[in-house]
Amino acid sequence: MQTYFIELSYLLASIFFILGLKGMSHPESAKRGMHLAEFGMLMAIIGTLMHHEIVTYTWILAGLAVGSVVGLMMGLWVPMTAMPQRTALSHAFGAFAAALVGISEFYRVYSTGGHLEKITMGALGFEVMLGALTTTGSLLAFAKLQGLVRGTPMTYKGQNVFNMVLLAVTIGIFIYLVVFPGSMPLFFAMVGLAFIFGLLLVMPIGSADMPVVMSLLNSYAGLASAATGFVLSNKVLIIAGTLDGFSGFILSILMCRAMNRSMTNVLFGAFGSAATAATGSEQQGSMREVGLEDIATQLAYANKVVFVPGYGLATAQAQHAVRELADVLEKRGVTVKYGIHPVAGRMPGHMNVLLAEANVPYSSLYELEQINPEFPSTDVSVVIGANDVVNPDARDNPSSPIAGMPILEVDRSKSVVVLKRGQGKGFSGLENPLFFKPVTGMLYGDAKDTLTRLVQAVQHA
Amino acid sequence: MSSDALISALYVFALAAFLGYQVISRVPPLLHTPLMSATNAISGISLVGSIVTAGARYNTVSTILGFVAVVCSTTNVVGGFVITDRMLKMFKRKEIAKKE
Repeated sequence: MQTYFIELSYLLASIFFILGLKGMSHPESAKRGMHLAEFGMLMAIIGTLMHHEIVTYTWILAGLAVGSVVGLMMGLWVPMTAMPQRTALSHAFGAFAAALVGISEFYRVYSTGGHLEKITMGALGFEVMLGALTTTGSLLAFAKLQGLVRGTPMTYKGQNVFNMVLLAVTIGIFIYLVVFPGSMPLFFAMVGLAFIFGLLLVMPIGSADMPVVMSLLNSYAGLASAATGFVLSNKVLIIAGTLDGFSGFILSILMCRAMNRSMTNVLFGAFGSAATAATGSEQQGSMREVGLEDIATQLAYANKVVFVPGYGLATAQAQHAVRELADVLEKRGVTVKYGIHPVAGRMPGHMNVLLAEANVPYSSLYELEQINPEFPSTDVSVVIGANDVVNPDARDNPSSPIAGMPILEVDRSKSVVVLKRGQGKGFSGLENPLFFKPVTGMLYGDAKDTLTRLVQAVQHA
Repeated sequence: MSSDALISALYVFALAAFLGYQVISRVPPLLHTPLMSATNAISGISLVGSIVTAGARYNTVSTILGFVAVVCSTTNVVGGFVITDRMLKMFKRKEIAKKE
């Protein structure tokens, strides 16, 4: 009876999870979908509390309480600009939980002289390896995004070879444990190596490639949960973990496609170092700096203006200032749109969330394919803290390291204004010919400050 | 795990993968960030495994590991859902966004 109740609660939870994700196909149905998923989660937790093996509730309730408080604080107070960091941290938490459950299961069986079947050991090995490497990998991604360590790729000679050897050793131990299970020191050696491998995997990856890494870690965290489901023969874990794993996998493929690079290239290519060697087209003339008043006049008398945000928008916290500028322009009858590149920012969809936070209606946010045909009829394109995603070299120069990457073709519009912190190059270290084109005007300074001053200037124009 | 259990688990895995592919490919790029935090919250379901480990009193090590795992997954579940709700509330249609 009790078992039926638990299994029923898991079945309902699985259905509600799927319905919840199905709702994500549209912003209006998404809210309702999430409430269903939340309800499903509650059902599954209540069901689990009836599990016959549970003899004490002290640690469960304490854990639930601590986790809820921490989760609530993170959920309510994390600013939207810090969403990539928060997500990286939660990948680490999820994966760590999966790894711990696996370790505890292994320890429980072998400290009492028990024995794990080969199949279970295989699933358990996957669980702790994926869990461990995702934990440290995500923590390093978090540290890079938070600015605790440098965002540039960290590389050394023979790095890929070293990583491969380490991975081979880890997998070797794993296979040995599946065939001859039971060695606790080897098991913990495998766990330790997986923790180290996670760090090594993310080390050589630069900040600009973070959207791919985030999606990939998302996928690993999900698959670790699914493996937990195999170990515990728990179907809801398998379903939820697989959904998470595939969602992350699909996102990482989409991100790679948006950069025209393969997964191997992102993971082992160490973009930044390769780029500096390959820049052939240095010095294409001079950048033209323009005055704030000129731009304000141009904007005020334009018919159509497209804003193109990049990670710089997030660092400058300028999303509200953009919206204010858009408001005064729209009041003057200017059509305002936003062009969003899939890899703009540090995680998939980063820019959309920032602009939504600033009350920009989602109907004004346009995807790459939708906005590109509109640039020729655009009077002014305003690039805010974006660089590689508007680099015409990707389209025109086949020898460029980013050749073939789909870009937002702002250079086709009648006039371009680039808001930039300074004259330096972007994260990838690439020269951007857009900045040297005759249609382009540069406006240096803090994006938020510049935009606020533009709002005043437009109002007086 | 018996081979029967493995086979039925593989069925569930394969079907969930297929379904996941169908459902997730229909999510627009607009909602990719909320999607990631939502799937994150959902995969916090590993909480059910953690709960049993923390409450079954197998041995001290398991209880401690289980307790930490419960904290981690609960943080994900609660934080993930709260933040997804918060994000989704921000996505507004034109008329509604204008009024505020």
